[in-house]
Amino acid sequence: MSAVLFFIAAIGVIAGAIGVVTFSNPFYSVLALVGHLLSLAVLFLLLRAEFVAAAQVVVYAGAVMVLYVFVVAYVGDEEQSLDGVLSRRPRSRGADGRKLTGALFAGVLLVELLIALLGSGLKAVSGDGAPYAPGPRTFGTPAYIGNLLLTRFLLVFEASSLLLLIAAVGGVVLARRRGGLEDDEERDRLTPLDILRPRGTGTMVEGVEGLALAHARGAGDFDDNDPDAPHAGAAPTAGGASRQADGGGW
Amino acid sequence: MNIGWYLAVSAIVFCTGAFGVMTRRNPLVVLLCLELMLNGANLSLIAFSRMWGNGDGQILAIIVMTVAACEVCIGLGMIVAIHRRRLPIDVDELRELQG
Repeated sequence: MSAVLFFIAAIGVIAGAIGVVTFSNPFYSVLALVGHLLSLAVLFLLLRAEFVAAAQVVVYAGAVMVLYVFVVAYVGDEEQSLDGVLSRRPRSRGADGRKLTGALFAGVLLVELLIALLGSGLKAVSGDGAPYAPGPRTFGTPAYIGNLLLTRFLLVFEASSLLLLIAAVGGVVLARRRGGLEDDEERDRLTPLDILRPRGTGTMVEGVEGLALAHARGAGDFDDNDPDAPHAGAAPTAGGASRQADGGGW
Repeated sequence: MNIGWYLAVSAIVFCTGAFGVMTRRNPLVVLLCLELMLNGANLSLIAFSRMWGNGDGQILAIIVMTVAACEVCIGLGMIVAIHRRRLPIDVDELRELQG
């Protein structure tokens, strides 16, 4: 029974991996990777790693893949057109050479790994694994993993949590909106308040101060634009940045 | 099941991922292939852990998954930043680290 399950899951794992590499649309690659991860979780279950299998399904196939799907949906439209542009270029010969070289290196690596893993090096240990008895705190259960993580591997646990925090902050810093890089459609959202505001104001606080300054100057040409006033708190970042971007030449 | 079968599957997955990293041009797919390589390593770690009846390999696999999540976070943030700058999303075109 476990042999049948192993072969089904192994075929799923390998087919998912090949699908990730061969699909030309990144969205299909992500879906193939989800299938690959689910099959891999079955293999982990067969290896008595229940907690790792559950974490694989929940964290990897759930959360990380949703992140991938969002980014593919955000970037993918341009990706298609970019592929069209690139395929029109005469670069097919280089692509073929690269594929051939990549296949050669991957094949050499596979042969080397198989020799190393399945060769004579592993004869010292039993191939069928250590003895296993089911129980509430046995090998691979959440209690066992948690006990190890909080006693023997406490430092590793804390370091990985710090790493996650750093990665989250880094992701926000990398993907944030910078001044001068706004899209054209955001440049069109310029309100009349941006004209009245002093030059160089970019932050929200400065935007609010500029609004107060404009009111203090006398709101003669201002009253008919009052419906725009609530927008002023949110818009100055885009407006001020775009004004810096085109040098006030509009 | 003999452990060797699991190790063979992990080697095949690792080499498929390495092939993808070497040949694909889209950085999104390169990140996906990097995930494949990490998963191949994870499978062999857990197979060895089962072989010895010792939980250290499973802990290491969980740490590898954490590092992979961090790598995805940073990598996707970089791809979004590249997309914002209207640069081509192609690892052959993006050869300079200079923004």
